[in-house]
Amino acid sequence: MTKVFKRVYPFYFLIPAGIFYILLFLVPTAVSFFFSLTRWSLMDWSFIGLDNFVTFFKEPWLYTGLQNTMIFAILTSGLKVVFGLLLGVFLCSRIKSGEFIKSLVFFPVLVSTIAVGITFENLMHPSNGIINGFLAWFGLKGPNLLGDPDLALVSVALVDVWKGIGIATVIFIAGIKSIPEEYSEALQIDGGNAWHKFWNIIIPLSRPAMNTVIMLSLIGGLKTFDLIWAMTKGGPGFSTDTIASIIFKQYQAGFYGLSTAGNVILFLIVILIVMPLMKLLTRNEVEM
Amino acid sequence: MRRNKWMILLEAIVLIVCVVVFCLPFYFILLTAMKTAPDAALMNLQWPEQNMLWENIKEVFGARNYMLVRAFWNSTLLTVFSLLILVVVSSMAAFVLQRRTHRFTSLAMLLVMAGLIIPPAVVPTIWVLEGIGLFKTLMGMISVEVAIHFSFCVLLYKAFIGGIPREIDEAAVMDGVGGLGLFYRVIFPLLKPVTATIVVIEAVFIFNDFTHPLYFLPGAKNVTVQLTLYNFTSQYVSQWNLLFANALLITLPPLILFLFFSKKIVAGMTAGAVKG
Repeated sequence: MTKVFKRVYPFYFLIPAGIFYILLFLVPTAVSFFFSLTRWSLMDWSFIGLDNFVTFFKEPWLYTGLQNTMIFAILTSGLKVVFGLLLGVFLCSRIKSGEFIKSLVFFPVLVSTIAVGITFENLMHPSNGIINGFLAWFGLKGPNLLGDPDLALVSVALVDVWKGIGIATVIFIAGIKSIPEEYSEALQIDGGNAWHKFWNIIIPLSRPAMNTVIMLSLIGGLKTFDLIWAMTKGGPGFSTDTIASIIFKQYQAGFYGLSTAGNVILFLIVILIVMPLMKLLTRNEVEM
Repeated sequence: MRRNKWMILLEAIVLIVCVVVFCLPFYFILLTAMKTAPDAALMNLQWPEQNMLWENIKEVFGARNYMLVRAFWNSTLLTVFSLLILVVVSSMAAFVLQRRTHRFTSLAMLLVMAGLIIPPAVVPTIWVLEGIGLFKTLMGMISVEVAIHFSFCVLLYKAFIGGIPREIDEAAVMDGVGGLGLFYRVIFPLLKPVTATIVVIEAVFIFNDFTHPLYFLPGAKNVTVQLTLYNFTSQYVSQWNLLFANALLITLPPLILFLFFSKKIVAGMTAGAVKG
């Protein structure tokens, strides 16, 4: 049988894909560890040990970037779980406009991030923007959403949630639909109401979907670059800089070693957060 | 659950909130693209006195020596060729990875999955591209897109191939077909549904990609549509009407795909996410 395997499922089928993937993904990832320890100009390099990493943790404007990355990832994934779950539950109940609402919520996923960034930059304009105009209706004085260093990161995070909530919602819908009907039937016989159904059936049994949403949006949040770059370029000051935007800024400035150290830090953060979390989350899943 | 008054009221509220939150930004793009520059600077929802949409679009296309035309051409080439290569190489790889259980395939699969999690290392990728003479070329950019999107495609293909019974392979082998013949004459035609899903989803992602062309495809000759829109933000500081005309133009291709293939896109992305 092994002989037949070799002939009909040959390993050389992996070569074309392997060339692209090894050369342009695995090799750069591997060499990034070395070049993060150098002062580097592409032409030549000099070894400087851990200096780049020390800089990252010592310089306040780089360290802020690390903090911002964590805040951004946790905030966006938390909000996507809450709103995605609520929308998912709502869209799975017997309503007439379900398909329409689902399409509305999903479409932003497919829109250019740069276009979304520019649009919300306008909507969030401190004096003319529609969002503050809406608040003024109620006699509230709207804040400078993107200009206030304390608010800017949260504002960009909210736009990210707006753009990405569609994926979370459809994943929750798939998860909720896969829960067998018998559970709600049993609950009805026992006299449970919609609230019981939500807490005792939907929440525990849509855990796989919830875990997927958490992992996906956490990984995506840690890597976010384009939305931040389109809306604030890391400003005002360094208040919305994340590791990904620092990688770009250092690259532009010609500090390739420092930029690559940023990449390695991002790699380590993703691995150190995602791997244990994945273990923890899958352990807590309940059998259906 | 019985449909009662409260349920209908709740549905109405959610519907209105969703329409406002998710439609208004797009309505704003369309409206601003129809205005004159001074009107657009007011950033309000007033209907424009005269419709300047056509004039604005013409001006955006003509700007900087028809840069947007070149950008659409480049983005189309990038998307089409990346997709062609992705479909061919990832379906082949997924076939072998699904069918053979071997220490080597599980290691390979682990490395492929890493591609979904690990952020690509930027400057080292430029270093490799320079080394093989493909930095700042469309060919190099296409190769990078293939490398970055490969993992997601393998995931979808592998899940789908898992549903194709091995008896089909065995029957073909009995007829004396070899590896390539089996794959291209028997298996690949069966993959049509998932190939269609991958093509539609990846077309949108590659067309919308901003970050990677920003790094790996610099230079005015090589602009893509996302980079043009980004470059225009510094050029048209006070001409929001032109900026939004451009934004409108690059939102249309995904919108058209979504109108025709929304079911496929949603199903494919859910499957990709859950399997990952």
